[in-house]
Amino acid sequence: MTITPILPSAEEEIWRYSRIGDLNLDQFSLDAARTETIGADAWRTAKSLAGIAMQKPADVFAELNAQHGEEITIAIPRGKSVDQVIEIVHTIDKDGVVAYPRLVIDAGEDAEVTVVERFVSANGIHSLVVPVLEVRAAKAARVNYVAINELGINTWKIGHQQSVGYRDSTVRLNTIALGGDYARVRAEARLVEQGASAQQLALYFASGTQMHDFRTLQIHQAPRTYSDLLFKGAVGGTARSVYTGLIKIEKNAAHAEAFQTNRNLTLGDGAWAESVPNLEIETNEVKCSHASTVGSIDEEQRFYLESRGVPPEIAERLIVFGFFNDVLDRLPRGLDTNPLRDAVAQKLDAEGVR
Amino acid sequence: MSTLEIKGLRAAVGDKEILKGIDLTINSGEVHAIMGPNGAGKSTLSAIIMGKPGYRVLGGSVTLDGVDMLSLHTWERAVAGLHLVMQYPTEVPGVHVDEVLREALKARKRDISGLTATISSEASRINFDAELVSRALNVDLSGGEKKRNETLQLGVLEPKIAILDELDSGLDIDALRDCARRVEAATHENNLGVLAITHYVRLLEELKPDVIHILSAGRIVKSGSPELADILERDGYAAFV
Repeated sequence: MTITPILPSAEEEIWRYSRIGDLNLDQFSLDAARTETIGADAWRTAKSLAGIAMQKPADVFAELNAQHGEEITIAIPRGKSVDQVIEIVHTIDKDGVVAYPRLVIDAGEDAEVTVVERFVSANGIHSLVVPVLEVRAAKAARVNYVAINELGINTWKIGHQQSVGYRDSTVRLNTIALGGDYARVRAEARLVEQGASAQQLALYFASGTQMHDFRTLQIHQAPRTYSDLLFKGAVGGTARSVYTGLIKIEKNAAHAEAFQTNRNLTLGDGAWAESVPNLEIETNEVKCSHASTVGSIDEEQRFYLESRGVPPEIAERLIVFGFFNDVLDRLPRGLDTNPLRDAVAQKLDAEGVR
Repeated sequence: MSTLEIKGLRAAVGDKEILKGIDLTINSGEVHAIMGPNGAGKSTLSAIIMGKPGYRVLGGSVTLDGVDMLSLHTWERAVAGLHLVMQYPTEVPGVHVDEVLREALKARKRDISGLTATISSEASRINFDAELVSRALNVDLSGGEKKRNETLQLGVLEPKIAILDELDSGLDIDALRDCARRVEAATHENNLGVLAITHYVRLLEELKPDVIHILSAGRIVKSGSPELADILERDGYAAFV
């Protein structure tokens, strides 16, 4: 017998503005996603490493994932740089199912790896995917992770990314969200030893009636740690997006540097975006900044391009494309970003930004 | 041979009348400098000529070779042959100068096949680092680099008349010399006409003006030969305002 878990409600701050109230887990039956991996075989281990970054499940979805999750574990040994980008593709091809993929990346001392995880479904698939990512970067390790949401417009996603960085390590958590009905990612980067650094980057573009929802945490628990976050998104049609982010600098994190920028572009009168940045600083001698904007295409930018002789509709498209390219240009090298640029172009066409 | 003719131009920002009747005629190959104290209306003049949102024409006319500019959209004025070098060039993240120039040339129905080569030769003429050319427009550029970037665009687009809005602000000596010399060269090579708005005489040491106009409280209060700049340098604006 299974017990239906108690879901959170939008009353809770971390679920504020979310569509959690619309979710009924009983309508989904448990089923694994169809998962393919490319370039992963040499580094996969059968032994579960769950818990290396997420000591305890952060919410009921992480808990459900821990119970039902199909884990893919990638362990890169000490000193090894993996040249080939590892790709993992989860396809949800059944209607009315819930899948709990779990990816654990463990990079040993001075190891380096880039992993792309794609979530795919067709339009008309009313299903739910609840992925969890755990990343541990040991001393001086470099981990690049890219999540790409290519879900159809009826599929829900409630995801969780958790990384932990040890001395002088670098973790980059990147998310590209173009698909899904309601698609949420909670991304948490924890820096636990001196000199650790984390970069979080996201591009999101919700159109039609889609909603993208991001909750980020940059947690500094050691001196001279560095974090930088850039999330840029657009909403068109009657789409919605939410970004809430917290930089937390704990007591022993002197000389930490933390930056957080969230920019939102509203492309239609019916579109809505919310941005809530937060700082919590418990020590002196830190360098922190946060910036957030929500608005339509910048008049000054438009005037600048038009004053060169660029017609208005082309200027607009250049600016919106530039807004996204600014993120795509920062993705890890070795990743083919052309399909992403094409997908963004298609969505812009659909929005009438030509 | 082209002529930009400004007649009785009056303009407001919000409800405040800033330009109170400007008359100016600039022909190809000529360099006109407009000098004046802060608040005289210098930047409003450049904004109004180019059609910047937020500025309102109250009266008068601006024509390029007899064509009314004030009834055209900004981009059409640029295509017609006007070019504005901005005092504070706007940052446009993720948009690169070559993309903008390609679209700008296409709108002018000009050949774009040699664009890459033109950009690099223009860049080297003004000592603009090729690596900086590939950056997003004005993002993470210093003041001098931004003005080099503006000057590069002017070199590629070959306008009939250029309006330089305080080209010299935020510029180091080297960048000032490179940019001013490039514009001066265009007045000979392409017969470019120039309206140079400036605060300081130093720009005019490289960019040789034919006429100097003094703008004060929205009116041109004095026009004269380049020696006027020397008087300004010595005595300031006090004698004219």
